[in-house]
Amino acid sequence: MKTETYHILLAEDDEDDRLFFKEAISELKINSELTIVNDGVQLMNYLNQKDVVLPHLLFLDINMPRKNGMKALQEIRNDERLKDLSVAMYSTSSAQKDIEAALANGANIYINKPSDFDHLKRIITKAVSVNWQYHTSGLNKENFILNIE
Amino acid sequence: MKLNVKYDMNIACKAILKEQVENLNLAYKSISLGEIEFKESITSEQLEQLNAGLNKYGIEIIDSQKNALIQKTKDVIIEMIYREENLPSIKISDYISNKVNYSYGYLSTLFSEITYSSIENFIILQKIERAKLLILAEDLSLTEIAYRLSYSSVAHLSAQFKKTTGLTPSAFQSIIKKRRAKEFT
Repeated sequence: MKTETYHILLAEDDEDDRLFFKEAISELKINSELTIVNDGVQLMNYLNQKDVVLPHLLFLDINMPRKNGMKALQEIRNDERLKDLSVAMYSTSSAQKDIEAALANGANIYINKPSDFDHLKRIITKAVSVNWQYHTSGLNKENFILNIE
Repeated sequence: MKLNVKYDMNIACKAILKEQVENLNLAYKSISLGEIEFKESITSEQLEQLNAGLNKYGIEIIDSQKNALIQKTKDVIIEMIYREENLPSIKISDYISNKVNYSYGYLSTLFSEITYSSIENFIILQKIERAKLLILAEDLSLTEIAYRLSYSSVAHLSAQFKKTTGLTPSAFQSIIKKRRAKEFT
């Protein structure tokens, strides 16, 4: 419920986008803790730490150097410890085939990166609140796929 | 080969509760939707053992009044949406209020305060979840699914499905099929 801290992890290589996201989260009325990593390799290192607190929701940029989002997603889904993580893929593309590819590969949420700050806040709010319903209401996570426009 | 099953969560959970309570030799008066009434108070050690036994099935003991009320509201809504017959013909807010035995206004405020969402959103989410299961089971047409979930038309169901998930029912079905094709068990 609301008193539990919402752990959010962002994997994003662009500094401006990281700042944008951080600002947006801080303006939402949720009790959250945000951790940021800069690329796919840092992401996997973070998740593979021995006593890491796994996030309730991971926002994963598709285009990152060193290891991109799709590769990281595959590794996450193939890892016994990480496979049930909620993952929101984050991309500049709005093409139907890219949306379907990301979701078919195991992402739970697909987000088309907005350039408008208020739009970003709305998108994060929707991702966070729908994901929370799956976390608290015993819904079937296998069918949890959401495309946020 | 593939086997489709459907479940009645109420019957299943009630059986689990009964089994766990009887395993610990705890005398009870009744077991009903989300509630066990014991004949006498149980020790905190028994409570812990019971909780541990139930946790294996994804069942948790709730300990605050407000959380219990939220859970009851959710249970009533889920039961309403998953029943075999169509949704009740009286106003949903009255249905919920009567079943939970609190005013709808109070429940609504409480729900929004404690969860990240409203009762209306929760209802829509549950209906669409059920629609997903029916779509994937593939033995009802979209028209029959719309009727079963009390939508006024297929267009209305599709519109709400798209609004809630961002995908059309057919895109959803195709994505899940591709996902399942990738999994190896």
